Amino acid sequence: MDLRFRGAQPSQEERAAVDDLLGPPATAWEGGARTELDLRMAARAEEARDLLLPALHAVNDRIGWISEGALEYICRRLTIPPAEAYGVATFYSLFSLEPRPQRVLHVCTDLACQARGAQVVRDRVEERFGPPGKDWHESPCLGMCERAPAALALEAGQPHRAEVYAPATPETITTITGAAPRANGHAPSLEVAGETPVKEAVPQAGEPGLVLLRRIGVVDPASLDDYRAAGGYTALRRAFELGPAGVIREVLESGLVGRGGAAFPTGRKWEAAARQPDHPHYLVCNADESEPGTFKDRVVMEGDPYALVEAMTIAAYATGCAKGYLYIRGEYPRATARLQHAIATARSRGLLGDDILGKGLSFDIELRRGAGAYICGEETAIFNSIEGQRGEPRSKPPFPVEKGLFGKPTVVNNVETLVNVLPILERGAQAYAAAEPKLFCVSGAVERPGVYELTFGTTLRELLDMTGTTGTTRAVLLGGAAGAFVTELDIPLTFEGTRNAGATLGSGVVLVIDDTVDLRRLLLRIAEFFRDESCGQCVPCRVGTVRQEEALHRLSRRVDDSDLVLLREVGQTMRDASICGLGQTAWNAVESAIDRLGVFNR
Amino acid sequence: MIPLQPPRRLIDVQIDGEAVRVPEGSTILDACQAAGKDVPTLCYGDTLTPKNACRVCVVEVEGARTLAPACSRKAEAGMKVGTDTERARQSRKVVLELLGSSTDLSTTPRAAEWTAEYGADPERFGDDAATVAQPAKVDNDLYVRDYAKCILCYKCVDACGEQWQNTFAIAVAGRGFDATISTEFDAPLTDSACVYCGNCVEVCPTGALSFKTEFDMRAEGTWDESKQTETTTICSYCGVGCNLTLHVQDNKIVKVTSPHDNPVTKGNLCVKGRFGYGYV
Repeated sequence: MDLRFRGAQPSQEERAAVDDLLGPPATAWEGGARTELDLRMAARAEEARDLLLPALHAVNDRIGWISEGALEYICRRLTIPPAEAYGVATFYSLFSLEPRPQRVLHVCTDLACQARGAQVVRDRVEERFGPPGKDWHESPCLGMCERAPAALALEAGQPHRAEVYAPATPETITTITGAAPRANGHAPSLEVAGETPVKEAVPQAGEPGLVLLRRIGVVDPASLDDYRAAGGYTALRRAFELGPAGVIREVLESGLVGRGGAAFPTGRKWEAAARQPDHPHYLVCNADESEPGTFKDRVVMEGDPYALVEAMTIAAYATGCAKGYLYIRGEYPRATARLQHAIATARSRGLLGDDILGKGLSFDIELRRGAGAYICGEETAIFNSIEGQRGEPRSKPPFPVEKGLFGKPTVVNNVETLVNVLPILERGAQAYAAAEPKLFCVSGAVERPGVYELTFGTTLRELLDMTGTTGTTRAVLLGGAAGAFVTELDIPLTFEGTRNAGATLGSGVVLVIDDTVDLRRLLLRIAEFFRDESCGQCVPCRVGTVRQEEALHRLSRRVDDSDLVLLREVGQTMRDASICGLGQTAWNAVESAIDRLGVFNR
Repeated sequence: MIPLQPPRRLIDVQIDGEAVRVPEGSTILDACQAAGKDVPTLCYGDTLTPKNACRVCVVEVEGARTLAPACSRKAEAGMKVGTDTERARQSRKVVLELLGSSTDLSTTPRAAEWTAEYGADPERFGDDAATVAQPAKVDNDLYVRDYAKCILCYKCVDACGEQWQNTFAIAVAGRGFDATISTEFDAPLTDSACVYCGNCVEVCPTGALSFKTEFDMRAEGTWDESKQTETTTICSYCGVGCNLTLHVQDNKIVKVTSPHDNPVTKGNLCVKGRFGYGYV
């Protein structure tokens, strides 16, 4: 490809950050020093577009921002037009293309944190550090809702560091660099500080009868031996006994449906992908958990990382994938570190790579970090993001099982969906289906927030009896920002039960709102969230989310019927005419708050 | 020369209750055109892969949860499509309102006609409604980028990139409402990879990209399409023999386009054919 550059040069440090990831450049044609030979001979530079996101991370992690010189160097190394790389880099909120401090604080002001006093933290942070933009940002949900309000400091360097403040108090938060965080010892490239044991996010930890959460807080998440001693890798052995078709049959029989929100039957997805004649097949684990109020996948990955590695191996075996991508959200430093460690350990012990367990199965997992874009959790946007394109959703059809990652048949599953495959194989489909487990992320006005495991059919009231509520419960937001408010507590927590109640189980968010929460402010935050996270590709969502927010601003000052009509029309158009689920659900929560909670009743 | 297509099976679809037979692989839009229905389109380009970003062409497909973009959704045998249902009309109306309230559609062909037809009222969002208004980028003598008129249809990016020109001078940057068409670091075109083929101008549906001559004449108020003649001729520069359509007003060439149905060039030209008419 004939590329044109403006001639900006990278600094030594920027060059080193990229070379550490990609290795030194082979020739001057891809960014190396020019030699006599280069002038005589043209070398062929291979395009490696899919390494763009990791390369941008490498520079951003080391330096804190991406200069034009660094971007040009990345483009030379990977043979990418600079305008396109610029378009990709500006798509992600964790990257900056302007100089900024090494340490940047992300203060969560999203729903669960707002229900637990994030406004106070935010205001105090502003008092201490000035207006947001440079040293600190307001952040969408950080997925630490059980310890709300939360904040996360990301500090560039070598290694780069992450420091978690949860619950955050304005006094403990600092933007000062080099606060000597405590290393967790798992990943040399990343240090995480300020974390509490994962166990604390699981109030039921250690209780008998748990299925998906049984190892969390019980086994050492770093130890493969602990995992195997606690029943790990029996499911994979069982899978080898059943054969790929047998595994798919079990999953079909179990009735497992996707836990990411759309509730598509997993077995059917696997079956369709396995049948595709086109090869290779890819497996993508969607760990870009970004729905406000959702943190179950983080807890599973932090507390039981090998379970995900094993489950991905089984999915790959069943569907004929030789390569799996684990796409994890950029704001999950500890889960990233633990999975990096788990994947490396599994690989060194023959549980990933060629000839797994001596059964001739070849499969490996590549971990990819997101960089701050909710939309990349959409099942086709995640492909574009991995491929090094802007994380914009694709039109369906064709569906991922036909043409997915790199245009090949792809199975994409959420973390929780995948780990459910382990008990299906361990216990058999029927025993599993008799007491099918589901994880719920409970936050807001409750005494014991955290991830709860229930069997399907438990009612919302029973769940809240377990968690205890504080104050006077006014409503419950089910399914996150894309979900709906309900006031009826006797609805069974099943996909049908919530649908009948005009809500959605979605990703399992149960956010309890008491009467101290300003609902209009909460709706505004939901609208801001969708405006910020819209990718901008289609008109209904790009402009509709802006108009929705503007109308809510006007309504919170003065209730006007024409604005309510406007909201409904714009909302319905987003639902009918948007390309993907983001736009299609951007009006759900606002609609339910108007209709059921009477937020704008005069 | 008429290029021969391989034989294709015909499928039956229903458009507004009317049976239409189209070759397999056709889009709903093709079927609508075969049935003589006028479905509005903005981001659709006859020489480009549909991006279906503008959503003004949505139609109702029986049994589907959401509306479908006619420009890109393939027609399937037995499909029942409503092009003028209340739901489709309502979505088109609001999409036109969203576009009209945020973007300057004054030079978009047919925008005013559709706004009237669907009863769209872009003013309803009030005076404070956010817009993409910004000064036009005039950084070269050949063409102007007036992004206040940009509906972000991606056609210029596709034409500049892998679908036609393979120059990759521009891409979509930023996200959401702040997304724009941009060179790297928003550099002026003269610093970018742009080769001034003008193939982006050729496909722009709103007039956001225009010849500098057209931009200047519009600013002076002398641009008058009713006084223009269009003459298709052959470019005199090289042996390829591209077709040029010269737009002439007051005996001066004011703009050059190229016929999209030319089987070789499909509306594309190089800098010489597009802008090199000064010697005439």
